[in-house]
Amino acid sequence: MPALPLDDAGPYVAAAYLVFLALILIYVAIMATKLGRIEREISEITEIVERREGDGAQDREEERV
Amino acid sequence: MTFGRGLRALSIASVVLITGAFALVFFYAPNDADQGFVQKIFYVHVPLGIVALCGFVAGGIFGIRHLRSGDRADDLRSYVAIHISLILAVGVLVTGSIWARAAWGQWWVWDEPALVSFLIVFLLYACYQPLRFSIEDPERQARYASVFAIVAGAFTPLNFLAVRMAESLVHPRVLSTTGGSMPGEMRMTFLVSLVGMACLFVTLWKYELASKSASIQLRSLRRRLAGDDGLAPLTRSAAPQQL
Repeated sequence: MPALPLDDAGPYVAAAYLVFLALILIYVAIMATKLGRIEREISEITEIVERREGDGAQDREEERV
Repeated sequence: MTFGRGLRALSIASVVLITGAFALVFFYAPNDADQGFVQKIFYVHVPLGIVALCGFVAGGIFGIRHLRSGDRADDLRSYVAIHISLILAVGVLVTGSIWARAAWGQWWVWDEPALVSFLIVFLLYACYQPLRFSIEDPERQARYASVFAIVAGAFTPLNFLAVRMAESLVHPRVLSTTGGSMPGEMRMTFLVSLVGMACLFVTLWKYELASKSASIQLRSLRRRLAGDDGLAPLTRSAAPQQL
């Protein structure tokens, strides 16, 4: 096939590079979601630790009384 | 274990190299005498393909390391290498189809060995995740996945060699001894694109490793903290769940 003129070839080239860009952006978006989940898990762990620390302090207080 | 070391430098290097490569593609590399402007797809399609295939082989190498040492981190490395390579392989198939449509007038040519063989490799690796998901026991899952990664990783270069030896109909053999004579500007642009793509692969690989490792460690920590609360057992997943 003869070479496509620039007007016709441009959309194909743009589409190929956009596919690459879209792949990277979708990947980053998925990773952002995972990061959100990790952050949520850290908050849950912090809550558990704080609850334990609170319970421990209360037990010590009761022992002293 | 820290997987995220050097991630910042790698990310910056990837951005600089990929941006530089694309600038070279559009402002430095000349248009191809035969295909014209549409040949610019070459600089994204071929590096993606080479890096994806190398990633599959790397998955096999980490599989060997996992079987030899029993280190679960190597299973995670293998899993992530294959995972990222699969994503890049999707890019190879789509950009290749777009290029085929522009250059040959067809989205896909079934009797072209280079295209069909890459599709076979892609479909082979598409079975990797379902294979892992089908095995509940984490130890067996890691072992079987490593065996798969090694066998498929050995098949990838063999497949590539078979394609090189086969008769080509329309797909060019750019990096062969006869077809590798790209002009200096094109060669330089291609090499920068290839290095940039390789750098991007390593960045995404480390990024995903760090994320997976953080999730695994957090889950383990939560289970240890709330152990006496009787948490439910680990849910089945294709991804490694222990380190």
